[in-house]
Amino acid sequence: MTMPPAAELIDATKKYGDVEALKGVTIRIELGEVVAMLGPNGAGKTTSISLLLGLRKPTSGNVSLFGLQPTDLRARSRVGVMLQESGVPAMLKVREIVDLFRSYYPKPLPRDEAIAIAGLEEKADALVRELSGGQRQRLYFALAVCGDPDVLFLDEPTVGMDVEGRRSFIERIADFARRGRTVVLTTHYLEEADQLAKRVIVIDRGLVIADAPPAEIKSKVAGKRVRFNAPAFKEMDLEGLPATAVTIKDHGVQLLTNQPESVLRELFRRGVDISDLEVSGADLEDAFIAMTSH
Amino acid sequence: MLFRQTAAEFLKLWRVPAFSATSLLLPVVFYAFIGIGQASQRLQGTHVTFGAYFLASMAVYAVANVMIFSFGISVANERGMKMDLLMRATPLPPLAYLLSKCITAVVFAALTLAVLFPFAYVAGGVRLDGSEWFTLAYRVLLGSIPFIALGFAIGYLAGPNSAIAVINLIYLPTAFASGLFFPKQLLPQIIQNISPYLPLYRFGQLGWDAIGAPTSDNVTTDWLYLAGYGVAFFAVAVWAYRREESRKFS
Repeated sequence: MTMPPAAELIDATKKYGDVEALKGVTIRIELGEVVAMLGPNGAGKTTSISLLLGLRKPTSGNVSLFGLQPTDLRARSRVGVMLQESGVPAMLKVREIVDLFRSYYPKPLPRDEAIAIAGLEEKADALVRELSGGQRQRLYFALAVCGDPDVLFLDEPTVGMDVEGRRSFIERIADFARRGRTVVLTTHYLEEADQLAKRVIVIDRGLVIADAPPAEIKSKVAGKRVRFNAPAFKEMDLEGLPATAVTIKDHGVQLLTNQPESVLRELFRRGVDISDLEVSGADLEDAFIAMTSH
Repeated sequence: MLFRQTAAEFLKLWRVPAFSATSLLLPVVFYAFIGIGQASQRLQGTHVTFGAYFLASMAVYAVANVMIFSFGISVANERGMKMDLLMRATPLPPLAYLLSKCITAVVFAALTLAVLFPFAYVAGGVRLDGSEWFTLAYRVLLGSIPFIALGFAIGYLAGPNSAIAVINLIYLPTAFASGLFFPKQLLPQIIQNISPYLPLYRFGQLGWDAIGAPTSDNVTTDWLYLAGYGVAFFAVAVWAYRREESRKFS
């Protein structure tokens, strides 16, 4: 008998009224994998997580956790969860609520260890309502890991954090993953996925558009956005160059590329008259445009 | 698990003074204002003192208050904070969650009685048989079950910010109309005509009967009325819960 996967969606669709949030998604996550689900807002990441956790039912298709229904308490007792904007009682102390959540699980971590994993040692006796936004996110992380789960689901765990907070938080998640645990996280940020995961699933408009190691995803994603003015610019001027998603409007030209230097060098060599040049990091939206336009 | 959950539910309520102080102290304050002044006067044609009569009124008021408020506000708040989502993803069985809230409410209700009874004994000079104290206590605890269901229904129907207002709008006027603050005979005739159909009035009758005061029906009728309200409130609570389920979790 083969081991059932930690979590599996098979051809799952989900409609909210007329809106099709998922249009047939198949994802299989094995025990021990660290997987990042990447995609813009409204792509279907949270819906996928909700289905995997049994918080919502698929309109069609199948969902399982450890080969069980996701609502099965035996499956749930092996899962730790961090959801977006879920509240916790403001009038409990950190250690009290960690103890409360520990009591839900058959073999929880010691309280102090769970609090230490989240880096909340100094706030253990504080009331939840006294915590800052970032500390609250860390509390949610403590609640997610305190049951010593086999699989950790983290839905946008670093949302609302500054760059430094995000970096150290991702490091904490990586530490937990090194215990051999399965981690599934959703994120807007390719660099987070890259830092943490061995596998990136890119979701856009309810479909999986890529499922590969981060390096492969990165090579597909255009890293820079190049903008300039060039009178009489034609698309032909870019022929043979590694640029995608080219838009030409009046004299303004915009394109995405991983090699802005060589593209520009070649354009100069071809004698294109460029002014107002601007090179900036492509955001995820740009990246998706690049990926889907291939 | 159940113990931890119950302890947490209790602490959550206890640390909100707007709830814990008002539910523990308000009945005593009302008793001090209304009950003590004429505590030793006897109700017309009986040996029952007004002090004992008003103790029964306030016991009913206090316990029903705890049931409606603790459930209504905690459920509405948790929905507002989306805490229900996170709880759902944990292996805590929903029934344990519900049960912990019920136990907490009963403990709170018992605490209000533990404050009110001695106060009435000392300040109001209320002297009852041991069996009368006991009957009053168990009747107000048992008779409060329909109000648990009502609290749940309100918790699922009202928003987190409106729950308190909705409950006050329903609870205070019906407490007055049911004769919990002034004997029914002092109310306007139109209210007197309505009051026998109010759940709090039936609940009050159980309390007044327990201390030997005359009531308008026998106790079985009152219990049947309460049971009927209990079923109705429970049905509304289940409907409201299902409505929420189909919106959020389907």
